Amino acid sequence: MAEIKVDVTGETCPVPLVELRKALRKAAPGEIVEVVGTHPASKKEIPMAVEALGSELVDVDEKDGVWKIRVRK
Amino acid sequence: MGDDNKKPDKSTIIVHSGDIDKIYSALIVSNGALSMGMEASLFFTFWGLQRLQKGGLEKGPLSKMHFLGLGKWMIKGRMKKANVASLERLLNDFRELGGKVIACEMTMEIMGIDKKDLNQDIIDEYGAVGTYVNEARDSKITLFI
Repeated sequence: MAEIKVDVTGETCPVPLVELRKALRKAAPGEIVEVVGTHPASKKEIPMAVEALGSELVDVDEKDGVWKIRVRK
Repeated sequence: MGDDNKKPDKSTIIVHSGDIDKIYSALIVSNGALSMGMEASLFFTFWGLQRLQKGGLEKGPLSKMHFLGLGKWMIKGRMKKANVASLERLLNDFRELGGKVIACEMTMEIMGIDKKDLNQDIIDEYGAVGTYVNEARDSKITLFI
């Protein structure tokens, strides 16, 4: 299954959440969306949004202030 | 919630102020709600209506320390540095995610604003208090900004 990549590096609230939501709306069920960003609060809030949306959090990685979150619709 | 069959939670905000910082608050909260699977509507009334006028979105003063525009200029500079999205982008995202813009007809008359002065492409509905109450009675979040 294809992976959708969303790059919100350098973007701040609420853009990371909004871009994830836009990507998930376009994704097919089961498809993975990968979000990469640097905004610290969004790393905590994206998993909250994923839960609220009933999607599945696949994994969360962080290296040198850049986080990568993968979500399955 | 998100994409299942249950009716989603909802957020309804009265945008009474036309101040730029308060328009930011209204759009950021609404976009957050939409991003987390809620529905959202913005009910523009009184000074808020001026932001729906053609070319008026970014024209509001700062709610405090505006100082004839100097304060706003400083804050806009800081927002640019912090890479905060423009109001235009936030409003486009709001609409793309299904957010609804409602303009209050009664206060349009008080404010001397005619429909032809408004950016009608972005307005989903014209209404009065009944429209707000109908939106708000099913809302988990309702704010007056």
